[in-house]
Amino acid sequence: MIVDLQRFIANERPFWIELEKLLNHLEAEPDAEMSLQQLQLFHHLYERTASSLAKITTFSSEPETRQYLENVVGRAYSEIHETRDRQRKFYPIEWVFHTLPRTFRKHVGAFYLSVAITIAGCLFGGGAIALDPDSKPILMPFPHLMQDPAKRVAEEERSNGDRLKGMKTTFSAELMTHNIKISILTLALGMTWGFGTILMLFYNGVILGAVAVDYIHAGETKFLLGWLMPHGVIEIPSILIAGQAGLMLAMAIIGRGSRLPLPARLRAISQDVVTLIFGVAMLLVWAGFVEAFLSQYHEPVIPYEAKIAFGCVELILLCLFLSMSGRRKGKPEEGDQ
Amino acid sequence: MKTSTLVIRTPEGIVFSQRLAGPVSRFAAWFIDQLLIQIILLFMGLLLSLLGIFTSGIALAFTVIGWFVVGIGYGIFFEWSWRGQTIGKKLFRLRVVDVAGMRLQFNQIVVRNLLRFVDELPFLYFVGGVACWVSPKCQRLGDLAANTVVVRTPKVVEPDLDQLLAGKYNSLRQYPHLVARLRQNASPTEASIALQTLLRRDEFEPLARVEIFNDLAVHFRAKVDFPPEATDGVADEQYLRNVVDVLYRTRVENGVEALKALCDES
Repeated sequence: MIVDLQRFIANERPFWIELEKLLNHLEAEPDAEMSLQQLQLFHHLYERTASSLAKITTFSSEPETRQYLENVVGRAYSEIHETRDRQRKFYPIEWVFHTLPRTFRKHVGAFYLSVAITIAGCLFGGGAIALDPDSKPILMPFPHLMQDPAKRVAEEERSNGDRLKGMKTTFSAELMTHNIKISILTLALGMTWGFGTILMLFYNGVILGAVAVDYIHAGETKFLLGWLMPHGVIEIPSILIAGQAGLMLAMAIIGRGSRLPLPARLRAISQDVVTLIFGVAMLLVWAGFVEAFLSQYHEPVIPYEAKIAFGCVELILLCLFLSMSGRRKGKPEEGDQ
Repeated sequence: MKTSTLVIRTPEGIVFSQRLAGPVSRFAAWFIDQLLIQIILLFMGLLLSLLGIFTSGIALAFTVIGWFVVGIGYGIFFEWSWRGQTIGKKLFRLRVVDVAGMRLQFNQIVVRNLLRFVDELPFLYFVGGVACWVSPKCQRLGDLAANTVVVRTPKVVEPDLDQLLAGKYNSLRQYPHLVARLRQNASPTEASIALQTLLRRDEFEPLARVEIFNDLAVHFRAKVDFPPEATDGVADEQYLRNVVDVLYRTRVENGVEALKALCDES
């Protein structure tokens, strides 16, 4: 019980200030480590300030002091009871070569599911075009895909000049931003219990399968590989990884087989989802450059074999990166079977 | 169950409460932020148009990337730099906080901002608005995924006590030990009711005014028994003024000064 408020505040103030100073220091330097004495002092100050708050809460006319103490105690509470990793300094090299591939492998099951859905879409789209070529306008209503493949290849190979002269940078920027937006949407739709993510992946598969069968059917397989592989071997896995992140979100929401409550399940995957989507953005920036500066040029400007070889090298490097990078010898990783 | 308050109870038994922001104030803050984003993009466009004099392709590419980065990065940048606030949220005194009172992490800010892509579907945050309306803690889908809530941090306004209590002798002040007891016994809600009744006294019908001041005076008289010399002949309304005076004036003189000193030092 407080009898003299003025004296109470005067007596307790040094403890509040000390706690606030410690908090400022902790928040400014997340990597700083405290000694045992400092930890004991921190805990003592927290308890003392919390006790002041409990006392002042019953006081009828102290809203400002109460707000001040609530703020300080709240900050100390979050420092003491926070169980997640501290926010560490960001090391880009470590993030790219360790954090990203390890996160991918940790949730590789969701990636396989993402691949399976896309393959199902490919089979559906390819089958539909093979069985009913008239379904083309419905399956892929995009002007550049509506054309007869043989005619398009002939036109592309006839044009000797640089069709994208002065526009390549803009085209590349448009591709990057568009693909990153689609990836974020694929991730975000995981909040619809995964239905939206599954639809996005399936529809991507449908278009891919339909285009592939259309060009193979027309005898333009080499052109198709030369056109799609340089950027597609990065772009398609990126969308699949975005789908992986969306499916992780969906699985956390559904919570099958987990005894954790929904907030705890979402909290557990939040960091990994962010890592994956930043990784996707990084890959799509590369894919955007390649699509604008390389994929749009065909024979006789660039031989198809060279483009296909470039695509193969990229694919091998991507597979090695995702499967091997960041592994520690002899140490099993989370998610390893 | 829908609630307007986020209550956090620590293992030490301390309880904090924060008022949750409603969809309307959040929409207003978002609208301000959108205006600011448009202004930023306008300036960026002007600068890049200068670059376009030399190389139009690169200028256009930067414009495309700039639109994208500013559109997505504005919320992430400000909420991370200003601990859960953007300029719009600052204006409307809103703040993003962790739902369990923990430290707001960077990944939470990123998730809640990226999930705007779903919340803004099909137009003007319809999905987010419906989610906010249905959710017990007024969370849009992005908040649900990131475990965040948006709270209101209203400024506590000082009541104009000088105008309210000017020039009157307060008989209760002759008994400081009883005044101290009254301040301990009166809850914050009771003190606030007494103050609000005095501030709105002219809005009451004459009979209702007499009745309500009588009820409150009886209520506060029962809290602490002041000697008859302090209360005899004092009308109910004046008695309540005296009560508010000792409850709030002491704070103005002592508590706030001490708090100001505290803020200055820290």
